[in-house]
Amino acid sequence: MSRQMKKNLVAYSFILPNFLGFAVFTLGPVIFALILGFLEWDGNNPMVFVGLSNFKELFADSRFKIALWNTITYVIGTVPLTLVSALALAVVLNQKVKGRNFFRTVSFFPYVASLVAVAAVWNMIFNPANGPINMLLYKLGVSADHLPGWAADKHWAMITVILFSVWKNMGYYMVIYLAGLQGISGELYEAAGLDGANAWQKFKNITWPMLSPTTFFVIIMLTINSFKVYDQMYMITQGGPGTSTLVLVYHIYNVAFKNWDLGYASAISMVLFLLVLIVTIVQFKGEKKFVNY
Amino acid sequence: MGSQKRNTIKQILLYSVLIIIALIMLLPFAWMLSASIKFNKDVFTFPIQWIPDQPQWSNYIKIWTKIPLFTFIKNTAKLTIIVTILQLLTSSFAAYAFAKLDFKGKNALFLGYIGTIAVPWQAYMVPQFMMMRSFNLNNTHLAIICLQAFSAFGVFLMRQFYQSIPDELCEAARIDGMNEYQIYGKLMLPLSKPALSTLTIFTFVGTWNDFLGPMLYLTRDELKTIQIGLRMFITQYSAEYGLIMAASVVILIPVLIVFLSLQKYFVEGIASTGIKG
Repeated sequence: MSRQMKKNLVAYSFILPNFLGFAVFTLGPVIFALILGFLEWDGNNPMVFVGLSNFKELFADSRFKIALWNTITYVIGTVPLTLVSALALAVVLNQKVKGRNFFRTVSFFPYVASLVAVAAVWNMIFNPANGPINMLLYKLGVSADHLPGWAADKHWAMITVILFSVWKNMGYYMVIYLAGLQGISGELYEAAGLDGANAWQKFKNITWPMLSPTTFFVIIMLTINSFKVYDQMYMITQGGPGTSTLVLVYHIYNVAFKNWDLGYASAISMVLFLLVLIVTIVQFKGEKKFVNY
Repeated sequence: MGSQKRNTIKQILLYSVLIIIALIMLLPFAWMLSASIKFNKDVFTFPIQWIPDQPQWSNYIKIWTKIPLFTFIKNTAKLTIIVTILQLLTSSFAAYAFAKLDFKGKNALFLGYIGTIAVPWQAYMVPQFMMMRSFNLNNTHLAIICLQAFSAFGVFLMRQFYQSIPDELCEAARIDGMNEYQIYGKLMLPLSKPALSTLTIFTFVGTWNDFLGPMLYLTRDELKTIQIGLRMFITQYSAEYGLIMAASVVILIPVLIVFLSLQKYFVEGIASTGIKG
């Protein structure tokens, strides 16, 4: 056996355990998903090739349009709010203060905490009838008729879920920003200090531009993760009231596992995949333009 | 004098901001703890009574009989531990080859891995479920293990970290007569603690907290994980506020322990690998 052959075999032996699982349980289904969009299948009877008809059906499906619109609304609401909160948290928690590690840990904890558990608390705290938030608003002088209905009101439901997501996830993006901040040389701030720059000028002229690669990464990750939202909706609003928080993954779930229209569910999945793909391509193409130093 | 005074004001401002942040982050958990030892009728009293007059510690006993909490926790712990160990072993193993070895088909294979990172799981969960069903794996724990243990993300994260370790180190070890498996086991693994810790936190938290996967695959009560079990309980007994909160506290504890014991590696791990969740 040649030396290179031996080297190849050693390398394959390293990869094989992971690759077997990966190929069967991820790669296979991904390829299957690409095909399934062109088929009609209820899971029991034989599959039938139907060409583009599943994709044509999308244009006539009003629930799909609502779900797409709601998903985009959620993305537009969540991304900037989370970004600003995470950056602010990171800048504050990068200062030399006593108990810094405690505050960092506390800020990160909601991210690792069980979603079911924190969603249960959230539902109670934001209970429109007797939750502490509305009681406080009432005490502060908001009249009973004008108290927000939160998850129970179709105008407030999306806002409630967005607020919850920002609270739950900002700690994670804070950690990424902290890592970015630690890469900025202290000398830059010292030099700016000698020139008499104030805190805001330092932020605007040093921190923000130096962090642009991190910001870019955070925006991409946040956008992709927001497109995939499902669990929060399931636990806080069940997609309602009405269709006010029906999102793409919710629709996919219902079409697939309630109506057993698997081909059409895959066509909707394809739209979700395309949205995420576009964001990913923007990441690769745009990184150079966006990074401004 | 003037600058000293300004410094003091700055410190006071800074700490006020920090305290407000901590309150926003922690108050929901404090409320959870407080409600977990209350009668249902007292949960919503306003102004909030943080420490009730008659703490109902019995809530913490009742939850074990009212729902099969022990079974749920046992199932979740089993799945989480198996998935985390498999994920750490197989992905650090594969990542070593991608980072430090030259072999035929390396780029094509790696592209296959990277390509699927960009595909959201939710976009192929339907065909994956149908495939698992044809293997008769629905309503088995094996389905969840297969689903979670071989992620492309783990391989990618470990590879990024290994690449930051100089190749000269491996070369030197090879000259000393170590084979690749020894280099991986004796050199790379001990050096990659931050990356392994990061991956452990992500995998442990991800599996412990996973919701949609178990909801699709595990419909029999005796197989359910804590997340879907608790969710089922909340739907059935929506007015049992005290019990719901007590169960919530119980399921937060394992994640809290893992997180606190590994968190010192965590920022370092994210910084050195620069990755997602």
